[in-house]
Amino acid sequence: MTTAEQLGLPAPRPAGCPFDPPPNHRRASARFSLWDGNPCWLLTDYQQIRTVLMDRRFSADAHHPTFPFTNPVAREVIATRKQSFLRMDDPEHSRLRRMMTTDFLIKKVDALRPRIQRIVDQTLDEMIATGSPADLVARFALPVPSLVICELLGVPYADHEFFQEQGRLLLDTSQPLGVPQQAMDALTGYLAEVAAAKQGDPDGVIAKLAARGDLTPEEVAANGVLLLLAGHETTANMTSLSTVALLRHPAQAERLRQDPGLILGAVEELLRYLTIVHTGVPRVALERVDLGGGVVVEEGDGVLCAISTANRDPELFGDAEQLDVERDARRHLAFGFGVHQCLGQPLARAELQIALGTLLRRLPTLRLAVPFEELRFRTEALIYGLHELPVAW
Amino acid sequence: MHVTVDQDRCCSSGQCVLTAPTVFDQSDEDGLVVLLQDRPAPELAAKLRTAAALCPGGAITLAEVAR
Ligand code: HEM
Ligand code: SF4
Repeated sequence: MTTAEQLGLPAPRPAGCPFDPPPNHRRASARFSLWDGNPCWLLTDYQQIRTVLMDRRFSADAHHPTFPFTNPVAREVIATRKQSFLRMDDPEHSRLRRMMTTDFLIKKVDALRPRIQRIVDQTLDEMIATGSPADLVARFALPVPSLVICELLGVPYADHEFFQEQGRLLLDTSQPLGVPQQAMDALTGYLAEVAAAKQGDPDGVIAKLAARGDLTPEEVAANGVLLLLAGHETTANMTSLSTVALLRHPAQAERLRQDPGLILGAVEELLRYLTIVHTGVPRVALERVDLGGGVVVEEGDGVLCAISTANRDPELFGDAEQLDVERDARRHLAFGFGVHQCLGQPLARAELQIALGTLLRRLPTLRLAVPFEELRFRTEALIYGLHELPVAW
Repeated sequence: MHVTVDQDRCCSSGQCVLTAPTVFDQSDEDGLVVLLQDRPAPELAAKLRTAAALCPGGAITLAEVAR
């Protein structure tokens, strides 16, 4: 029997390959007891995960008494706070989500592409001006999506040091109990202030939500925190991690330089191969469900969907352990599945396509400025990535 | 191929629009799927199957039509 904490964080990576899924997520689906004694399935099978994430008998409600939290910090932050729609069920979930879907539609994001390109170019100009070597995380990967989401939401970018730092603390499970809670409260208070200051100023998603009559200020703030954090942490970590993956596969980077159109498929493959939501997508069973293959989930069982393992399914993705930017990777589960599938995926795709494409094109001599073995990966964070990425060109 | 969509199951992911933009669109008002044509040309069959498989809501149903 595997001990409980092996399911949770930090999720160490196999020796030598920080891109491969955590070894403790590479096994057949099995039932464990979590650190708090609650029963929880770790599901690793692609079809089982798709089934669970599409099935309303599995709840995303974090206030459910046996909702699976991979560590005490996550429980403290989530179970005791007003929730965003990420951790709610329908109909309430879709009532809230539908207030924001039109802001992230493909056509809306496509109209933003020239603006995203300008932000990418300016940020890169500034990084180049400060000179080689530089930390790609602080100089490029983090500022680009932060600038974009601030514009979209109507949050002042001048406050980025504050919200980036609080976001980092919130998602860092190695912090002592108390610190992530404080970070959550600070961010919620901040978003409430931003929303209150919007009276009469219609710009951005936060103002639009605040102007509705049917949301309390707490609801606006809780969902604003979700959009702000999900909007920059994810793309930032995908950008830096993708850059390292491409630097480690120079022939594939060269293919992308020769044929820039390949970047669309390459981003899907990088999402699959890197799967930054690496701790499993959590749900709790509202009734007994037989998922086949000997997996019978009892009412009240937690379920963690190990999408990083499912994204290495050899039947769906031949030679699944290899990065191959020219494969068709669209069936990956990196954005989740079912009604909670990532709301921001059109934005994430556009940002990654533009940021990575521009980086490859403008810095053909880009390379690591430290040995690969010295890079610090975020094994203890809820979203995988790099703490910093020293590069030269 | 005959296509139907169920707006009640649509979660506005946009997978269908990415995969087969001549068949699917999303409403500007609420982001829900809109069918542009319900009997697309046979050449689109592969794309339609991909779209149905990628749809996270299971909102797209395909049926072969007798010629
Ligand atoms: C590479 C980048 C990204 C990845 C890998 C990613 C991944 C995910 C995943 C796996 C979920 C599902 C969680 C669950 O089912 O419990 C999700 C939901 C969500 N994501 Fe993303 N995301 C990314 C970028 C973004 C961006 C740029 C935004 C912009 C606002 C965003 C906003 C959201 C929101 C609001 C949800 C909740 C949707 C719901 O519960 O209905 N994400 N994301
Ligand atoms: S793929 Fe499915 S859920 Fe997504 S927009 Fe199309 S119909 Fe709706």
